[in-house]
Formats: sequence, structure tokens, C-alpha cells
Amino acid sequence: MKTCLVVDDSRVVRKVARRILEEMRFDISEAADGMEALERCRGGMPDAILLDWNMPVMNGIDFLRALRREQGGEKPVVVFCTTENDMDHIAEAIRSGANEYIMKPFDSEILESKFAEVGLV
Amino acid sequence: MTPQDFDFLAQLLRQRSGLVLTPDKSYLIESRLAPVARREGMNSVDDLIATIRARRDERIVWSIVDAMTTNETFFFRDKAPFDLLRDVVLPDLTSKRGGGGKLRVWCAAASTGQEPYSIAMTIDQAPQIHKGAMVEIVGTDISPRVLEKAKSGLYSQFEVQRGLPIQLLMRYFDKIDESWRLKDSIRSTVQYRTQNLLEDFRGLGKFDVIFCRNVLIYFDGASKTNVLERLAQQLNDDGALILGAAETVMGITDAFRAASGHRGLYLRNPGWRRAA
Repeated sequence: MKTCLVVDDSRVVRKVARRILEEMRFDISEAADGMEALERCRGGMPDAILLDWNMPVMNGIDFLRALRREQGGEKPVVVFCTTENDMDHIAEAIRSGANEYIMKPFDSEILESKFAEVGLV
Repeated sequence: MTPQDFDFLAQLLRQRSGLVLTPDKSYLIESRLAPVARREGMNSVDDLIATIRARRDERIVWSIVDAMTTNETFFFRDKAPFDLLRDVVLPDLTSKRGGGGKLRVWCAAASTGQEPYSIAMTIDQAPQIHKGAMVEIVGTDISPRVLEKAKSGLYSQFEVQRGLPIQLLMRYFDKIDESWRLKDSIRSTVQYRTQNLLEDFRGLGKFDVIFCRNVLIYFDGASKTNVLERLAQQLNDDGALILGAAETVMGITDAFRAASGHRGLYLRNPGWRRAA
């Protein structure tokens, strides 16, 4: 079973994402900010990370840059999932090492389509 | 809905569009026709059907056909056909012809444009393959309403996230307010025409590649044969036909043969000639 770390400060979004991803047969763990996510990754890199942008403590883009510098940090496929929906944010995310990008609101079709795009399903 | 109303509707759709409405598709009726009924100021789909049974108002009949035949679409749907175009069909055509010239592609159920534009993006990303050939893509659909949207090249945030990789969104789209607009360089390679596949389409000219995906599944056997054989006549001898993954020509016509090892890809059968 593939593993996916869901990083979002909203408990509701984490819950929705978990439900959809579990149906896609992912084993889910959660983090509420970038720092917590980084600690989890240091304990073992997941196959995929669904990543919010705006979060307290450490935001998504700072987490992503830090992750890609970690040992083994190039491995997880990172899919941004954020309300930021302008070209500048998208370009910055991709430049910083994101593999795909979802603009909220999302549903199961978008999540599945994007995960398929990067070879996760 | 009464069985009589169902039969009436099924016959109407078959005559006008070739669509075969089977009882297992009856769930579509309410969801597709309720908005039409509302728009016409009626209380229900039953009232809508009763109205056109009493008096066949062509405008309403058209709205019904339009609503029932509009099918879901998204960018790079099923992915494989576009890989096939890039990896098999285009290199094959180029090697036979040595590049240059004109490359004409017909997308026979263009709907709101996602398929023809996916074809355009696929070709644009493989310039080494078509080697400077002039690319012309023709998108047709039975519904002028969906083609209006296709021409605009404007898509919602929801639509650009289904099937379209983020790299292609960045490369080929601009954000306009809350919508995403396809760049002119891609938009201008596709022309649109209203076309019912049951009617004469020789005026569209000859093509090198025809995409006719997930349309024929809605047609009855005789219409399938008829459309496929007329498609064959619009296809150049070295051209390719791409059908939906669940579709086949087997037992329907000898005008095409399946390309071995490539699901959904069909080539003209050189021995076949249409009966006069």
C-alpha cells in the first residue's frame, strides 16, 4: 500500500482528503503545518504528499524547499493543494520542486486525475 | 415517465441524432431534461414531453436533442489515444511522407473543445514529429451550443484540473479573472463546424487522422456501419482512425482494420470499397 501524508491546517480538509485517498487505497498520515510534516518525513518518507500552502508555523512552500534538501527528500511526489490559484504561485511551486498542483476547491475526480498524472495511481 | 413517453423520446432521439436511448440510460432523462423543462417554464419533464407530443415545436425538440447528446469530456481523456497520436500515428505519417505538407485532423465529437485542444497541444509539443507540416484541426459536434464554448477557449478552474497536467496549464493557458483561457497559438489551430454525423460530411474534406471516440457507442448497428464507412471515405489512404477504448469495427464494417498492438487505432483496409 502506498503512503500519503496530508498536510493542511484545516481538520475538515484533512478529513475530506483522507476519505478520498483511502478510497484510492492510500495509507494516510496527517500533519497540521509544515514543521510537523517535516518531522514526520524525517521519520520515514511517504510516497506522496498532499500539501496546503498557507499554514501557521511553517507554510507549504518553505516545507517543500526544506523537504527537497533532506536526505531522501527527493522521493515523495508532492501535490500542492491550495486556494492560491494564480500563475505566479503555481510557477513558484513547480520551481520549488512540486510535481503537481491542485487549486481548491477539489473533489475526488480532480484528486484522482492529478494523482494519475504523476503516476501515483 | 410512462413507457409511451419513453418510446416517443427514444424514437425522436434516434431519428434526429442517431442516439440510442436504452432503458438502462433512462436515469439520464430526468437530470438532462429537467433544466430544459425549467427553461421552458414547465413544471416537469413529463410536461415537457407532453408538450412536444401535442405539438412538435422544433426549437424545443432541438433543446431536448442537445441536452441528451451532450457528453462529458475533459482534457486528455483516457490519455492513451494522445500517446498513440504522438508515438505511433504522427511518426508513421511523417516517415511515409517525409514531413512538410499539410496535416489534417478531424475530431468528430468535439463537444466543448477539450479533445481537439488536447490534440493541438499534443502536436505542438512534438514539433520534431510533424516536421513543419501545416496543422489543421477540425472539431465538429451536433450541438452548436457546445461549440460556442469550444471556440471561446475559456474553461473554469474545475475544468482545467481534470486531465490537464499543471505543466500544460502553465504553458498554454492564461488566467482571466476566475477562468482560464487557452492561448491563441493553440486556439487558432482548431476550426469548428456544426455537424450531425448521420448527415453528409463530405464537405469537410479529407483527413489524415480522425478521432471519433465514444460517439458510436450511442448509435444503433446500422448507423454505426453507415458512419464508419463514410468516415473511411474521408480518410486518406495512409490515415488513421482513433476510436474509444470500448469501441471496435469488428462485425460492423470491413472498411477498417485494427492496428495490431495499439488498442483503439484503426487503419484503412486497402481492399475495401464502398458499395455504390
